[in-house]
Amino acid sequence: MNERTIFEKSRTGRQTCYVPERERFHPAFYMLPQEALRQRAPVLPELTEGEVVRHYTNLARKNWGVDVGFYPLGSCTMKYNPRLAEQIAAWPEFSAAHPLRPTRAAQGWLRVLYETERMLCELCGMARFTLQPSAGAQGELCGMLMIRRYHMDQGSRRNIVIVPDSAHGTNPATCSLAGFQVAVCPSGPDGLVDIAALKRLLSKEVAGIMLTNPNTLGLFERDIQTICSLVHEVGGLAYYDGANFNALVGRFRPGDMGFDVVHLNLHKTFGTPHGGGGPGSGPVGVTERLEPFLPVPLVRKGPEGFEYEEHRPRTIGRLHAFGGNALVVLRAYTYLRLLGAEGLREVSGGAVMAANYLKQRLASAYQPSHPGRCMHEFVLSAARQLAPRSPGEGGNERGVRALDIAKRLIDLGFHPPTIYFPLTVPEALMIEPTETENLETLDAFAEAMLQIAEEAETSPEVLHRAPHHTPVGRLDEVAAAKDLNIRWRPPHKGADDGL
Amino acid sequence: MSFVPHTREDVARMLGALGLSEVDSLFDEVRAALPPGVMPEMPRASELELRHHLWDMARLNGRPDQTPCFRGAGAYEHYLPAAVSHLLSRGEFLTAYTPYQAEISQGTLQVMYEFQSLVCELLGMEVANASMYDGASALAEAALMAMRITHKRRLLISEAVHPHWVETLRTYTANVDPEIVLVSAPDGATSASAVKAGLNDETAAVIVQNPNVFGVIEPIRQIGKVVNSSPALYIVAAYPMALGMLASPGEVGADIAVGEGQPLGLPLSYGGPYLGLFATKIEHLRQMPGRIAGVAHDAQGRRGYVMTLQAREQHIRRERATSNICSNQMLCALATTVYLALMGPRGFRTVAEQNFVVAHHLADRLLELPGCSPRYQQPFFNEFVLNLPAAAEDVERELWDDGIVSGLPLSRWWPERKGEMLFCATEMITEAAINRLVAAMEEALG
Repeated sequence: MNERTIFEKSRTGRQTCYVPERERFHPAFYMLPQEALRQRAPVLPELTEGEVVRHYTNLARKNWGVDVGFYPLGSCTMKYNPRLAEQIAAWPEFSAAHPLRPTRAAQGWLRVLYETERMLCELCGMARFTLQPSAGAQGELCGMLMIRRYHMDQGSRRNIVIVPDSAHGTNPATCSLAGFQVAVCPSGPDGLVDIAALKRLLSKEVAGIMLTNPNTLGLFERDIQTICSLVHEVGGLAYYDGANFNALVGRFRPGDMGFDVVHLNLHKTFGTPHGGGGPGSGPVGVTERLEPFLPVPLVRKGPEGFEYEEHRPRTIGRLHAFGGNALVVLRAYTYLRLLGAEGLREVSGGAVMAANYLKQRLASAYQPSHPGRCMHEFVLSAARQLAPRSPGEGGNERGVRALDIAKRLIDLGFHPPTIYFPLTVPEALMIEPTETENLETLDAFAEAMLQIAEEAETSPEVLHRAPHHTPVGRLDEVAAAKDLNIRWRPPHKGADDGL
Repeated sequence: MSFVPHTREDVARMLGALGLSEVDSLFDEVRAALPPGVMPEMPRASELELRHHLWDMARLNGRPDQTPCFRGAGAYEHYLPAAVSHLLSRGEFLTAYTPYQAEISQGTLQVMYEFQSLVCELLGMEVANASMYDGASALAEAALMAMRITHKRRLLISEAVHPHWVETLRTYTANVDPEIVLVSAPDGATSASAVKAGLNDETAAVIVQNPNVFGVIEPIRQIGKVVNSSPALYIVAAYPMALGMLASPGEVGADIAVGEGQPLGLPLSYGGPYLGLFATKIEHLRQMPGRIAGVAHDAQGRRGYVMTLQAREQHIRRERATSNICSNQMLCALATTVYLALMGPRGFRTVAEQNFVVAHHLADRLLELPGCSPRYQQPFFNEFVLNLPAAAEDVERELWDDGIVSGLPLSRWWPERKGEMLFCATEMITEAAINRLVAAMEEALG
C-alpha cells in the first residue's frame, strides 16, 4: 500500500499545543506595517503527537541502517556508531550551549574542540586542523581554497589541479568551485596512478594534486612519496582526501606520505552516525606552511583558559556561520577517547583483514578489479555476469548487471555495495565491510554473493526482477525526472480534507 | 572500549584463508613504502571512565538549559517537543546513509519529499532542495546560483545581513571574485531607495535578510518591487520562526529564498549541526544545488520516492556540477519535518506570536532602566539593539557572574559599537528570567 504523506493524514483541528498561549498581543503588533505581514499562512499538517510518532516510526521501518544489518557500501565506512556518543551529545551542558556564549562559559566545549584538534594532528602528522567544515565535500573546498590562497601568496597564478580518473566526483566538482581546471590523470593497469602520465601533466601551472590513499579501488598507492615529491618539485601541493582513512588510521599518517593538506570524514573513520546523508563533519589539517590560511575561528590555549582566535590576516575566511558541526566533533572525540591509539590500530587492522577475507571468498565467482591484496575495500566487476554465454553453453543470455546483483542482495537481507563506482571499472561493485562486522556476517554475505553468481547462470530473470519483498519494487527514475513531482501541493479550496 | 568483534579464532581463520599469520602482515606493502611514522600516545578508556571524564568537561559549560540566554544573533533557542529527539534516535534513520538504494530507503526519501514540501510552504516558494549545511552556506550557494543564471558577478548585499554569512559568501565565491557592493542601513533597515540607487545592469542579485542581523523587520516588499523591475535576482534570507507572522520570501518576489533551519527543531548545539533551507522558482530548478527527492512509481504502479534530477550533481557531472555538495543534513531535515508536523499551523503561529510578545515585553522592561535607549526606531520581531550607558562587554561579564548570558555586545563584530547590545527573547524566556535579567542589569549599570 502507498504510504500516505504527512499532509494526506492531516485533519483540521487535530493538533497538540506545545507552548503556552500567554498574552497573545503586544501593542507593537498593531504598529507593524501591513506589508510586513504574511498574507497566506503556510499549509502545515494537523495531527496529534501519536499520529506523528506513528507516521515517522513506520517510515523508519522502511529504511536500512547499520543498526538493521550489514551495510558494505564502499567508500562510505558504514561501521557501528557507539551509543555513548549519542548520549553525551544530548547532554544539555553541550547541546543547549549557544555558539556565541562568552568563552568563559564554554570552557568544556573549547577543551573538547582543542583536544580533538590535537588528536587529529597527531593521527595525521599535520600541524593544525580546522573543525569547521560540515562534510567531506566542504572540507575539500576549504583545502582547495587554502591551496589557491597559498599560491596567490607566493605570487603565482596556478590553475590546474591533477585528479586521478578513479577519484570521487566531489574532487573535480570542488576544483571547479575553487576556480581550478581539472587535469585527469589516468590509472595504470595496476590501478595506481600512472607515474609517467603524471609527469606529462606536471608543469608550473599545476597548483596541486588531490588523492585518496588507499584509492577508490581499495589499493594503496605505493609510490605515494614519489608522487608527492614530483608535485612538490614543480611547486604544487598535495591534498589527501581522507574518505578511505579507515584503512590506515592509527598506523600510518598522511603527513609521512608527503601530503600538505588532509581532510577527514568524522562520520566515516571516527564512528559518528551518517544520519541518512548528514550531518557529518570534514575537518581539514595542514602542515605549517598552510597554517596562516586556515578558516576562522580556531581554538587556542590562552592565559585565562581556552579562547578563540578570530583575527588571522591571511585566512581564507569562513565556511560556516559558527564553528561547524560541534556535536559531531563531540561524538568523534568520544570515539577517539574510547578507543585510544591501540583501539584505532585494531580498527584499521580489522577493516583491512575483513576486506581481504571477503575478497578472497568472492574472487572465484566475480572478477576482482585487480588481483592480490586490498586495503579496507575492494572492487568486483559483474562483467562476467553481464557477458552473454558463449554459443557452446546454450540457454538464455545472462545479462545480469551490477544493479541486478545489488537488488538481489536486498532480497537476501543485505544492503548492497556501492555500484557503478569507480567509473574506471565496468559494472563495478565496491565492497567495504568495515571492522565492526563479525565473521558470521561476512560469511553469510559471501554465501549470498555466491548464490547470486549461481543464479546469474541458472535463473537470471530472478535477478532482473529483484528485489521481491520490499515495500516498492524498482522505481522508474527516468519517468520521475521527466514528470517531476518534488513537493506535495495543497489541494484547491473546497476539497474535503480540511486543508 | 573496542567495537571489533573478531575473536582470536576468527582472526586465525581469516588470516589463514589469506595465508598469513599476523594482521600486521596485511600492511607490509604500506610499511615498505613509508618512513616509520611517530604514532600518538592516546589512552584507551572504558565507557564508565570516559563518561566521568566527559561529565567533568560538560560541567565547565555550566547548565545552559538552566541559565537564561538572551542571545540570538543567528542561533535561537526554541522549545523542542520531546517526540523530536525520540524519532531522531531511531537507528533506521540515524545509521542510514544517502538513499542510493531506493527500495530500502523509502523512509529517508519520503522524509526528504515532505521536508521539501514544508520548506516550500514556509518560504512561499515553488521548489526546494533537501537541505544545505547551514544558513550561511545556503546563502553562499544562492549567490553562486544567481551568478550562474545571470552570467553577471555583481552582488548588492545589505550591510544588515549577518556578518558571518557575508564572510561565508565571500569565502565560497573567492574564485568568481564577485564585485560585492554593500547597501547601507543607517537607521537599522535597508532602504528600497538605496537598493534602487545601487542597482545597475551588471547586478546579478540583491541580498537581504529578514529580520536582519539587528533584529529589524526589513521592508522586503518594497525592496522586492525595486529588484523585480530590474534584471537582477532577489535573494531573501528568512528567519523561519518569524514566518508564522511575517511576509514570506515568495510573497515579496524572491527568486531564491534561504534560511537557517536550526530554530525549527534543533538545539543550539554550540553552532552545529544546523540546517540550510534553500528554495527557488521552478524556472531555476536545474540551477539549484543539492539533493532532491521526487515521486516515482514501480512496475506495479506503487508510489515511492527516489533522488531525482541527479544530472546536476557532482557524482554525475563531476567538474560541471552545480555545486560540490554531496550530502545534505538529512537528520536535521528530519528534525525540522517532525517539528513542523507536531506544531501544526496553530502551534507554529503561536510560537511566532509569543516570540514577538515576549521580546517586546523584554524591550519595554529594559527601556525603563536609566540610560538605556533603543538604537533603532524600527519594527522588530524577537531581537533588538539597545544603547547601554556602559561598555556592553563589561555588562556581559557582570551578567555572566550572575549566571545570565546577556545580549550580544555588538563590539564583538564591530569594535566601534561599544555601548550596543543585541538582545533576543524567544518563547523560552519566562517572566522570572526577565526579572532576573532586569535586576542584574540594574546592578551592572548602577
